[in-house]
Amino acid sequence: MTSLARFHDDFVKALYAQGSGGEPLPAFAAQRGFNVYRNTVLKTCIDALQANYPTIDRLVGSAWLRELCSAYVRLHRPTDVRLIEYGADFADFLERSSLEHELDYLPDVARLDRMWLDVHSAADEPCIDVDAVASIAPDALANTVLCVSPSARWRWFPAYPIYTIWRTNREVGEWRGDIAWQGEGVLMTRPDGAVRWQAASVGTCAFLDACAGGVSLARAAQAATEIEPALALDRMFAQLLTSGCFAADCAANAPSPW
Amino acid sequence: MNPLLRTGLALKPQHYHEALEAQAEGLWFEVHPENYMVAGGPRLAWLDAVRSRHPLSLHSVSLSLGADAALDPARLAALRRLVERLEPALVSEHLAWSTWRGAYYPDLLPIPRTTASLRRVVENVQRMQDALCRPIAIENPSHYLRLEQHTWDEIDFLDAIVARSGCRLLLDINNVFVSSHNLGLCAADYIDRFPAHAVAEIHLAGHRDDEGDDDDESGSAGPHLLIDSHDESIAPDVWRLYQRFVERFGARPTLIERDDRIPAFDELLAERRHAEEIACRARSAP
Repeated sequence: MTSLARFHDDFVKALYAQGSGGEPLPAFAAQRGFNVYRNTVLKTCIDALQANYPTIDRLVGSAWLRELCSAYVRLHRPTDVRLIEYGADFADFLERSSLEHELDYLPDVARLDRMWLDVHSAADEPCIDVDAVASIAPDALANTVLCVSPSARWRWFPAYPIYTIWRTNREVGEWRGDIAWQGEGVLMTRPDGAVRWQAASVGTCAFLDACAGGVSLARAAQAATEIEPALALDRMFAQLLTSGCFAADCAANAPSPW
Repeated sequence: MNPLLRTGLALKPQHYHEALEAQAEGLWFEVHPENYMVAGGPRLAWLDAVRSRHPLSLHSVSLSLGADAALDPARLAALRRLVERLEPALVSEHLAWSTWRGAYYPDLLPIPRTTASLRRVVENVQRMQDALCRPIAIENPSHYLRLEQHTWDEIDFLDAIVARSGCRLLLDINNVFVSSHNLGLCAADYIDRFPAHAVAEIHLAGHRDDEGDDDDESGSAGPHLLIDSHDESIAPDVWRLYQRFVERFGARPTLIERDDRIPAFDELLAERRHAEEIACRARSAP
């Protein structure tokens, strides 16, 4: 190993060293100035996590969130230089540390903050022309495969009203005491350059899952009504079309170069 | 100097609209490309809009030129795509490292200046320039540590990087002031010796006094440190060093760099005017 490589290894070890004990640290780590690097690295990671999870920040408060982040940061070093990607598995971490916060819904709320970031930075792609779809004859439409926009994301949460919790805190709205404590789904899209969100039923999520799997609209509709027999298919489809869920060009679904 | 680039500002999201509308002569903006390495969306659209009206500089913070490793091809390709998209007037990086063995340490970490590290830095600068098809500027670092491993003087080291790679330099005057204070060196002497012929850009920023942290965990004694925090207005001493450089060597594209505790856009414009006055006086001096 070169002396420069050894220097990097020593430096990194000293950055994450806690208290006394353990392996001896290089002499330079005892200089007061070393703390500047230690503090900057840890603070930048914590700041990035806090910025990436604004709804968790509002739900549990900055002081507590930064404590949780500090524990995460010590276990998970960033691997991507784009800090918007840091903490992609923070929701899983919250799940594992649920004994500390006792908020069972917290991990899924974090998943929606992550979903927002994914939608916000997804590839640009024009939405499908709603009038063109409307002009397709019903039989032909049933056999049509539509491509889901690269910026559309959705998810069904069976246990808790995750969308309402997330939305109320994200929009800084008033919490209504009459929220039903039951499963909810969400759909996020970026039809006009800004991230939009709306509630999505379990059938709507199943429909979008099927469309993303490349099946025809008829088969997607079948998947949706199997799980939600009362689903108003026409209304749901019209709403998805105008929400920017479908891309004009399927090539947009090629893997992102980033 | 490039007549299009006089004094620029670090571009922050909260100032996008004002930046778009600003019309000062020679104004330009600088961003960290890492914040725009996304597939699409409003962030890139904002930057495209600013670029359609103003020259842009990409100030990279994560290529880790000082690490004892070849540059990450994916990261380099991502930067190249941004350069192709935005056609920036300037591209710069740091004499520092921040990635090592697959992890990213988001800071500008110091390297020992040795003949071996010089070879590695030169190789990485050349790779970066080859990938981007243009010369880049390398920024002098802020120092907080005395490293006994140094065998090269910093000015000589930077001079050698320029000579061997054909790159330019980014003179960060706040870094000079902070480092000189922290290491007990003479800032004016550093400015006077800096390879002025290679300076493509100057950075001006604020710093913070760390004297409030006397009870830090290390318990190590020593004089208080200055931190290159970019969260204050530019200090009078830094303005004086700037004046010293431009009076001796002439004006260069200059950036008012602010990354934290972002003030109103007008406050940054006022600092910009001050920099312009200093550069203007230097230009008109006999």
